[in-house]
Amino acid sequence: MVEQSEVRVVRCGGSKINLRPPIISTDSRFVLCASGDSVKVYSTRTEEWLHSLQGHTNQVTGITLNPANHLQVYSCSADGTVKLWDFIDGILIKTFIIGYPLFAIYVSEKHDGIVFLHIAMDTDSKNECFQLVAVHLPKSAEQEVEAKELSAVSSRISPNPSCTAFGREGQYIAFARHLQLNVYFFRKQKTYSFSLKATDKKGAKNAFTCIACHPADDCIATGHEDGKIRLWRNFIHTKEYTYSTQHWHHNAVNTVCFTPEGTNLLSGGIESVLVQWQYGAGNRKEFLPRLGGSILHVSTSSDGQLFCTSHSDNKITVIESSFKVCGVIQGLVKGDAVLTDLMIDPRSKALVLNGKPGHLQFYSLLRDKHLYNLDIVQQEYIYEAGLDQFEVVKAAFDIKGYWLATVEERGQKSSDLEFSLKLWAYDERTQSFVLNTTITAAHTDRIMSMCFSSSEETTMLVTTAEDGQFKAWCQGADADTQQDQNFWSCDFVGSYHNLKPTNCSFSADSSLLAVSFQEVITIWSPDTWELLTTLCQPPGVVRDLCFGQLSCSKYLIATTTRNLLCCWNLLTCALEWSTSVEVSKLQPDPLSENVAAFSYQSKHTDLFVFKPNEPRPLFTHKNVCSEKMHRAVFVPREEPLNNCDESSQWLNRSQLYFLTQNMDLLTFSTATEEDRMLSSSKRLVIDDSVAVTPFYLLLGKHRQQQQKLNTPSHPAADKPQQPQGSLTCLLLSFPSLFFPPEMEMESSEQEMNSEKEEEHSEEEMEACDSQQELRAQGSVDEVTPKLSKAQERELKRVRKTDFSWMAGLIDSKP
Amino acid sequence: MGEFKVHRVRFFDYMPSGIRALAFNQDTERMAVARMDGSVEVFHCSDRFFQEKIIPGREQFGIEGLSWVGERLFSAGLNGGITEYDLTNQKVKYTIDAYGGPIWTIAGNQQGTHLAVGCEDGTVKLFEVNEDNIQFERNLDRQKSRIVSLSWHPSGSKIAAGMMDMIQVFNVETGHSMHRMLADRGVGTSRSKECVVWSVVYLSDGTIITGDSVGMVKLWDDQTGTLIKSHNVTKCDVLALSVSQNEDSLVAGTSEGIVVQFQFVSMVLGKDDKEWVRTRTFRNHTHDIRAVAEITTAVVSGGMDAQLVVRPLLDKIEERSAASALRKIHFPHRRLVACARKSGLMLFQYPGHLELWRLGESEGKGIPGSSLFVKRNPEKLLHLKVKGEDHIRCSAVSPCGEWIVYSTASTLRLYRLHCDNNNISITKISKLPKVLSSANQLCFSSDSSHLFSASAQSSVHLVSISQSGCKFVGTLKPKSGSHQAIHLLAASEDGKWVASANSDHEVHIYNLQTRKAHCTVPIYSSAVTAMGIHPATNCLFMMHADQQMFEYSIEQKQYTDWSRTVQRKGLHRLWVERDTPCLNVMFNPQNPSHVILHDMYMLCIIDQSLPLPDDKTQFYNQLTLKSLTEEQRKSHSHAFKVCKTFKDILCVELMPDQSLVVVERPLEDIATQLPAPIKQKKFAT
Repeated sequence: MVEQSEVRVVRCGGSKINLRPPIISTDSRFVLCASGDSVKVYSTRTEEWLHSLQGHTNQVTGITLNPANHLQVYSCSADGTVKLWDFIDGILIKTFIIGYPLFAIYVSEKHDGIVFLHIAMDTDSKNECFQLVAVHLPKSAEQEVEAKELSAVSSRISPNPSCTAFGREGQYIAFARHLQLNVYFFRKQKTYSFSLKATDKKGAKNAFTCIACHPADDCIATGHEDGKIRLWRNFIHTKEYTYSTQHWHHNAVNTVCFTPEGTNLLSGGIESVLVQWQYGAGNRKEFLPRLGGSILHVSTSSDGQLFCTSHSDNKITVIESSFKVCGVIQGLVKGDAVLTDLMIDPRSKALVLNGKPGHLQFYSLLRDKHLYNLDIVQQEYIYEAGLDQFEVVKAAFDIKGYWLATVEERGQKSSDLEFSLKLWAYDERTQSFVLNTTITAAHTDRIMSMCFSSSEETTMLVTTAEDGQFKAWCQGADADTQQDQNFWSCDFVGSYHNLKPTNCSFSADSSLLAVSFQEVITIWSPDTWELLTTLCQPPGVVRDLCFGQLSCSKYLIATTTRNLLCCWNLLTCALEWSTSVEVSKLQPDPLSENVAAFSYQSKHTDLFVFKPNEPRPLFTHKNVCSEKMHRAVFVPREEPLNNCDESSQWLNRSQLYFLTQNMDLLTFSTATEEDRMLSSSKRLVIDDSVAVTPFYLLLGKHRQQQQKLNTPSHPAADKPQQPQGSLTCLLLSFPSLFFPPEMEMESSEQEMNSEKEEEHSEEEMEACDSQQELRAQGSVDEVTPKLSKAQERELKRVRKTDFSWMAGLIDSKP
Repeated sequence: MGEFKVHRVRFFDYMPSGIRALAFNQDTERMAVARMDGSVEVFHCSDRFFQEKIIPGREQFGIEGLSWVGERLFSAGLNGGITEYDLTNQKVKYTIDAYGGPIWTIAGNQQGTHLAVGCEDGTVKLFEVNEDNIQFERNLDRQKSRIVSLSWHPSGSKIAAGMMDMIQVFNVETGHSMHRMLADRGVGTSRSKECVVWSVVYLSDGTIITGDSVGMVKLWDDQTGTLIKSHNVTKCDVLALSVSQNEDSLVAGTSEGIVVQFQFVSMVLGKDDKEWVRTRTFRNHTHDIRAVAEITTAVVSGGMDAQLVVRPLLDKIEERSAASALRKIHFPHRRLVACARKSGLMLFQYPGHLELWRLGESEGKGIPGSSLFVKRNPEKLLHLKVKGEDHIRCSAVSPCGEWIVYSTASTLRLYRLHCDNNNISITKISKLPKVLSSANQLCFSSDSSHLFSASAQSSVHLVSISQSGCKFVGTLKPKSGSHQAIHLLAASEDGKWVASANSDHEVHIYNLQTRKAHCTVPIYSSAVTAMGIHPATNCLFMMHADQQMFEYSIEQKQYTDWSRTVQRKGLHRLWVERDTPCLNVMFNPQNPSHVILHDMYMLCIIDQSLPLPDDKTQFYNQLTLKSLTEEQRKSHSHAFKVCKTFKDILCVELMPDQSLVVVERPLEDIATQLPAPIKQKKFAT
């Protein structure tokens, strides 16, 4: 199984950015957040993803600034290492190997060279007992050091990392678990414990949910499950301790955080309202409402000018201290459940799935960027538990991406089901989908599946429903309406022995339509609506159905509930082969003959990749993940890889993403891919052998910057399809969005040589050219060259130096 | 336990009066409470907050302030007078006019030498406290607006006075104002309204703390006269402040009905720079809190909703016990209902009048728990208004229902009731013996031939009453002991004995045949809350405020064996932890081993023939017993049978026909009759 090691499951793209509190760099220019296996660095001003710190091999579970050097960041990961990074340049400085899975990291200025980590107690993994340990980081010049000096601070702590905080000047650490607050004083080496009652007469739920310590006073703020915030004081007395209670949140407080000066306390919870409490002034408070999803974390910059909140809808909001939202960093929105399939928008190659309630989201996996939400339901969503509201349950694109069909549904739980089928046309002008037809009673019962025909000429939609019918919909000129616009109407209603249809699928050339009616698969000709043949392989109801692609288009593959995977040859109408395997998801790759099948057996999911023409799997990957696999999709690559290796060949043309029940988006990565990534990150370091002159810095650098700016904005194919924004505007609108903070220089430069405007415009022309060149290349792996630290320092120096001599030169030039 | 027919009486519209002022005496651990109707009550803080003394009020006699000077209690009110109380005899000692218009506040200094009152005319008047009276000494500098609140500096050299819109600090020596500090008015519309400094507290370190009508608690420095810090506590008024003895905790009562605690804690642990920080909030009231007091282990608050709330401070309590539970005192610890058992009449005592009702009658029989058909509705026979301004102190109706007696602080009146068919008339008995000028407690003998009247010096006057008139028979005096007023009287069924209990916990038993003191029950540390003499055995059954019970054999002059067993084995934890005192002791003539008790929340029958429960047995076991068979029941049953069917009980009485009269006054009914509280926004409404 050597081959398997080459293809591994990674979290890549669309991963959670709200797992841990984001941190703001000391100069307030960057926001860092743990995202999957890497740490992402965003610009606070432009909200743009600058780069990511890659190197961990498992989920990054905590990040914190190095108190000794504010340009460095510590990160800890479930892979058992703590890494120290230079986050501006993205250079890994050091790796400390701890050896246990780590879950959170804390540092304090007073504890130099010591990090505090959450590790899982190895004794019993069932109860999830977490331990807080102090680790002395050895000082050595080596890149990889093993840190062996572990000393336990507390052996039973809450798994929630927001329940631990350092107190004033690092003198004590406070941690809460369930109903108990513990304060450990380092100097005295003594722990004080305070307990609350589980409930009181008024039904308050007193469990601790988060904790924060005042930076200057000995005051601990704790958030509770019932929405109360308590401020604890005098906690060196076990009896005369005291606390005051504030209550605004109506549900659990997810986070509390003091501003660096300690003048205010920020808190957030499920209401998605950021509350700022004035410290010491009782109940005086300010609100910032309607921030989106519920607030999970709040953090502040060290100067207190910026706040950062992360939300349950995978979003980070950057807020000024004047309570104004100044930036939103949106990741892949993960709702309660993905009801639609994972789809790829054929136009933008963006991943499409449920996002905000009632919306479809478009997410660019390549640039790992949320593009936009498409409002399907077009009704106000009411945030209230237990309210039955419209949800998008099905969606499908036609092959060119001109049409989008959606089904929204309400009343899944109750008997009176409401649903409607909507068809959306792509509007070139607004670059987004526009509602074309709404069919309120498409069927008399729930729509089970739908698909578009795959031919280029005619678009046809087939829906199957629980009422025992399948319907074909066509865009036709309606005789009644005299308008230019063509609406969709029903073309054909088909049924088979009153059985309930479940799945439908068009063959690659759209000449055949397969509809499964429980155990029976019927093959229809869409042109004549004639039932051509039926295929049946009892026992077991057909669960999934698909045609082979490309050269294998004569094959029809189906899975049944009785653990059977069957492949029929449609030319002979005979079963080609069948095998007994429990398949939970069948996913054909549109760009190759490959079909991926996920099977869930004995508590883990296995992946088989096969071609329909041979019953032998091309590739198998055991134990992809421990949960049941939910949805999967093949995402076409920008540029095909050329892996010769048999095991990774199937990933050459497209990449397989899948979604687990825990809403983790995972993918497979090959060794070659990773190699390329590593080499590109190394390239960052080698730089600057050229002698640096002021002119080089001014002009050369500027050019380089322009290039750099444009590289992220890849070729047109994956241009974010901003609704209401035309393509031409895009180019113009980009720079302001894309300027990294270094570009301040340009303005000063412009002032300086305003007379050289022509030259300047030439530069821009050049920049455009270079961009076009890049576009022509269309290289995916072109990674942004970044200014190294040395360069930047140089830049700063140059910025400071007096340029008056040059002004003189320019003046004397003519 | 037995089955009873129950008259569930809910037509006693008793309304407790709102609490206006509180004063705590640290040395004697007594809490004085002044109510809106002018009555003053004294609670014993270390004896489960038993209401030891009640001094009834008068019409048009509002009390605004209350102050202890040593063991003497003074009050001042809007009628402009300062009143001293005679706590021994539970009456007003004297009232002198301060000649400054209505008095808003009164404060005594810690040295016990002077009283200061704040008057409507803007003067702070100093009174010297003499041996047996007080004497006007002088005025401090007169101000333009009324003085609403006063506080002495603990040294007695300075006084802080809260006024409209400002606070003045006076030097007592010179009488001149040292500082004038302006309190800010509210913002917006309330800008035009004056800011009333409702309450002021002067600390020994020179900090002045004020609570005002803007809702702020402000801290001022008396050296510079500047504001140190202000806490916005509420949107309405902060009406009352109180600081603990060691000045590390402060409580503020607001008109929203919340009590806010502030504590003087160090901001950085281990260092001395302390600050006042708002900490806890107590929400036990529905209406304005007019008075708060922080006593050693608890915060006591009272207000318009007429309940006295004792909220224990758990950090000050060494060990948790029944005494450290939250306590709400709604009803007086005295009986307001008298019952003429033989004729089925009920006498209800209101502050200013008496009501006589005849109980209804029912017919048929029902299963336990069902209600019977009422054949005849209860009927109000009489509404007897008090002559004069004084409120009723005590009242009684004779068992035969023929005689009604009541006493105020100044007069005692005896009426004879004529009742022939539907014609009811009363005649006042004139020419009462001179000794019957006023009584602390009244009681008829069981054959209605004699009236016992407790009066001064712990003595009981014995008066025989008959058709012809009323004749003084003699005075029963204790051999020795204190002269505290008697608050309980109990006469034996056979007419041989009468027992009296006074507020020094003394219980004297008199022989009525010899008219001499028979004996004195050994003094117990807790006050007697109810007592009764057993009709068959002539044993005196006493209930105490700490929920202990004693049975004393009068004839043998010693505790009975049962009582000794109770003391030896101890009472069940759940019994001892109850927080309201037992108010009546009754005996069932049909079942001599049964003693019936009640408090505010329950009715209990003690079967002296059954074993006593220990801490391991289930105390409330009626439901368990029901599920058991007859034989198993015997082994599981114990002496205490508690019935919690009735709530907010004012009185329970056992009638000769084996029916119970339960007089309830539901707290909800009281709440509906209170004025509307300040409107507050409630979440999700």
